[in-house]
Amino acid sequence: MSKVKKSSIQDDSFMFNNSPQQFKKKYCRFKKSGIKYIDFKNADFLMKFVNDQGKLLPRRLTGTSLKYQRKVAEAVKRARHLAILPFIGDQLK
Amino acid sequence: MLLFLFLKIINYWFDFKDYILTFAALKNKIDSKKMELKNYESVIILTPVLAEKQMQEAVASFRQLITEQGGNIIREENWGLTKLAYPITKKSTGFYHIFEFQAPGTIVAKLELAYRRDEQVLRYLTIALDKHAVIYNERRGKGEFNKPKEIKEVAI
Repeated sequence: MSKVKKSSIQDDSFMFNNSPQQFKKKYCRFKKSGIKYIDFKNADFLMKFVNDQGKLLPRRLTGTSLKYQRKVAEAVKRARHLAILPFIGDQLK
Repeated sequence: MLLFLFLKIINYWFDFKDYILTFAALKNKIDSKKMELKNYESVIILTPVLAEKQMQEAVASFRQLITEQGGNIIREENWGLTKLAYPITKKSTGFYHIFEFQAPGTIVAKLELAYRRDEQVLRYLTIALDKHAVIYNERRGKGEFNKPKEIKEVAI
C-alpha cells in the first residue's frame, strides 16, 4: 500500500484530487505503544477491531502487524465465547 | 590382548553408566515440569437466577477446590450481574467471576469438570497466562487502567 509508484500517484492526482500528502501511513498501534498482551475482558478496546456487524476487521484496514493480529483474533474469539462481544450484531457502533 | 579386552569392557561400562545417568536426568526434568506452577486465569458466568448469597457460595466452593488442588489464588474479580452480549440458555444476564491463580497443570481438568457438573455455571473459560499477561493483570489489579466496570476486590 505504501509502495505506490510515483507515476501512478501523479496520474491519480491528475484524474482525482489525491495529493500524496493526503495518504497517512498506517502503523501497528501495539508496536508503537508497546502493548504486549491483549485482554479479552476489555470489550471497549476489542470493539476497535470489529466492524459494526461484529466481524473482525482485516489487517489492511487497521494496520496491525501480523503478530498482534493473531492475538487480537484470539482475544475477540475468547470474548465472544464469554458473551463479552456478540458473534453477530447489527449496528454495534 | 587380554588387557585390550579388559579396557574395552571398562569403556562399555562407562558408556552404559552415562546412558543411565542421562535417562535419570531426563526423567527428573519431566517430573519437575509436571509439578511446575503455572499462572492461570479462569472466568465463569453463573446464572442470574441465584441470589447474591448463593452466588457467593458457589464461588467459594470453586475457590476451595483451587486451594485444595495446590493452587494459590492471586486475584479475584467479581463483575456482579452483567448483561450478556447474546442470550445463553434464554438468559440475558449473568454473574461474572474471575479467578487468577498459580497452580500445577493437573488442576485444569479437575476444575473444568467441576464447572461442567455444576448447573449454575453457564459458561467458563480457563487460559494459561504468559509473562506479559501476568504483568498486565498485575497492573490491572492495581487499577492503572481505566476500568469501564466497577470491580470489587476480594481480600483473601
